[in-house]
Amino acid sequence: MADTDTQNVIDQEEVLRPKMVTVEIAGKKYEVPEGVTVIKALWYAGQEVIRGIGCLGGFCGACATYYRTKDDPKVRTCLACQTAVQDGMTFTMVPPFPARKAIYNMVELKDPKQDLFTLYPEAPLCRNCNACTEACPQKIDVREGVWKAVFGDFKSVSEMFMDCVMCGLCVPVCIADIAPNLVALYASRVQGAHFTEKPERLEHRIKEIADGKYKDEWARVMKMNEQELAKVCAELK
Amino acid sequence: MDIHKLQEIVHKTRDARRKQTLPKYAPAERDTLIKKHHPDFRESAYRPITFGPNAGEKTVRELASLLEGNSVVPMDLDLTPQYTCDVLVVGGGGAGCAAALHAHAQGAKVMLATKLRLGDSNTVMAQGGMQIAVTNEDSPVTHFLDTLKGGHMKNDHDLLKVMVEEGPAIAKWLLSLGVLFDRDADGNLHVKKGGGSSKPRLLTASDYTGLEIMRVLKDEVLNQKIQLLEFSAAVELLSDGKGTCTGAVLRDLDNKRFLVVAARTVILATGGIGRLHIQGFPTSNHFGATGDGLAMSYRMGARLMHIDTFQYHPSGAVYPEQLIGALVTEGIRSEGGHLVNAKGERFVNELDTRDVVSSSIIRECEEGRGIRTMSGRIGVWLDTPLLEAEQGEGTVNKHFPAMVRQYERFGINIAKDPVLIYPTLHYQNGGVKIDTHGESDVKNLFVAGEASGGLHGRNRLMGNSLLDLMVYGKRSGLMAAARAKSGSQGRLTLEHVNKFKDEARKHHASSDVISPMLFPAYAKKE
Repeated sequence: MADTDTQNVIDQEEVLRPKMVTVEIAGKKYEVPEGVTVIKALWYAGQEVIRGIGCLGGFCGACATYYRTKDDPKVRTCLACQTAVQDGMTFTMVPPFPARKAIYNMVELKDPKQDLFTLYPEAPLCRNCNACTEACPQKIDVREGVWKAVFGDFKSVSEMFMDCVMCGLCVPVCIADIAPNLVALYASRVQGAHFTEKPERLEHRIKEIADGKYKDEWARVMKMNEQELAKVCAELK
Repeated sequence: MDIHKLQEIVHKTRDARRKQTLPKYAPAERDTLIKKHHPDFRESAYRPITFGPNAGEKTVRELASLLEGNSVVPMDLDLTPQYTCDVLVVGGGGAGCAAALHAHAQGAKVMLATKLRLGDSNTVMAQGGMQIAVTNEDSPVTHFLDTLKGGHMKNDHDLLKVMVEEGPAIAKWLLSLGVLFDRDADGNLHVKKGGGSSKPRLLTASDYTGLEIMRVLKDEVLNQKIQLLEFSAAVELLSDGKGTCTGAVLRDLDNKRFLVVAARTVILATGGIGRLHIQGFPTSNHFGATGDGLAMSYRMGARLMHIDTFQYHPSGAVYPEQLIGALVTEGIRSEGGHLVNAKGERFVNELDTRDVVSSSIIRECEEGRGIRTMSGRIGVWLDTPLLEAEQGEGTVNKHFPAMVRQYERFGINIAKDPVLIYPTLHYQNGGVKIDTHGESDVKNLFVAGEASGGLHGRNRLMGNSLLDLMVYGKRSGLMAAARAKSGSQGRLTLEHVNKFKDEARKHHASSDVISPMLFPAYAKKE
């Protein structure tokens, strides 16, 4: 083996000194390896997880979790697939909350900014407690987003909530019964469907294809044998 | 050694590397490299399939044993249907939602069954973008040729032509539903260049393209009130006894009961196989990626295609341990991020196709120029701070917020420190053979998305998966709805499963493996 190979080794605390920590899962104590994710700790404890698991990459929002670290009274939120356990941690997964999702036909909305108040009449009742923002594992300023939606600034909402994984952790904490993630999803979709320019070039391309602009080129390419195709492909840079 | 000390070489060599241009490999060199280092060519990981439509063809052992596996459904199950519909869609990711929405729009009675929640899928994780030829310098034909080149010329030409030509219309559909693709100042769709593509063609929604599409499609499925069965896994297809698909048996994951669904047509949108951990590789795939659709359709007689080839995404996280298998988006390389070995050298054109880049990373590591972690893993550096040097401070945070967040949780600032990566099992290049309407060899059985095969050849280009999902989700949805309208509900039998069991006995290949597998067994049981 080359020298570089033996020299280039990263020290990792958790591997050099394998250390077990005690965590409390939904009220019961378990010993698990330090540094593994909350989901892996659940597996290590022998628990099958079907509800509360999805992409395992921090995008699907299935694994919303409440946790508390040792001696800290503050209950925090996280995505279980993205958070490492530490000694003394207490956690429990959050079941889906029965939030009401409004039903709408995106394409046919006539006055979508005004319609927000019929679809989600609770949206303007925000009492500014900021609990939603504190609950967001994606660090979105949720409270600000709700107000932006109420004041019709859907563009800002769509930008602020691009990180939203729809985990729903902002919902159970709302004292005004708002589901901020659903309000934001509505506002973002409206922004895209109703208040964003139609891309001219795309329309143009669709027409070109319909008009058969590429017909001859297709005919030429689809007739080529493997060698001819390979040659054309090789010329692409 | 301390990770920061090891990283020094990346910082030290950065300026010299910036002046360097590395050519892409010539076709001959590329083939040699792949044959020598790509996991698809590790003979010992493969075996021939004993019987069934693909008998004699080789695939990885993990998949072969699932294809030859046993049904969990008792053969004397009462097949009186609990549900009846026109189109049963199995799978709640991008392809499943696109199929359900399009079939529903045609007036079909659609049911969507999924083993986790609606939207829990690989689609939701797609960060790189969606390839659609929209610029003046680009054309569907160029998109076709790029894809063919990337797929080692093995792509099904008809499937591919349809995909690239329907791309622009799909973009329009998604925009009409409110998907927020990134724009240029003039309002046109912004495009980025992806690995293996000759033109910038990637439509993006920052590095959340898949999430953005999935959020919208999920919401739309709910708005359209499409009948939804979550935590209900398809475990067997049903046939009329004459080779036509007529429905499926689902399993309610709560009470373990079997649910019989009579459907005039079935669309399998069950995704890939990452969670089989082929050859021991970590995976970027979601928890349910266990190739269920392959096993079920194989038992019914559908031919599979290109199932000996898999995509190993070049940049899976290797450090810290908690992120193992997680993806470091290709976007970083698209924007000029270098791959750097332990000696501080670049060793491949970072924008070459995924198979080439992965093979070269494996080569560096096999030949002793990798960086090891104490947990026995190995990798090379991806120079993320280079993006800040090239494009100014704040670039990484602005362009890759999801990535920054993922590493930040473990105290790593990717704008300042490079990250350690190694290929991770990412995509099943092949799958169930389909025609241009998504129909398999089995009548009224449609397959869409990653579960299908042929379109991508032997290597999928970055950004072509999201397009595949949408185009073939749509086409299978439309065709399944039309077929349901003109057809009638056939008998519900498990005769094909019995036939398959006979076949297994004949070949002395009776197995005690139950398939589909549904989930990997990660929970520690002693």
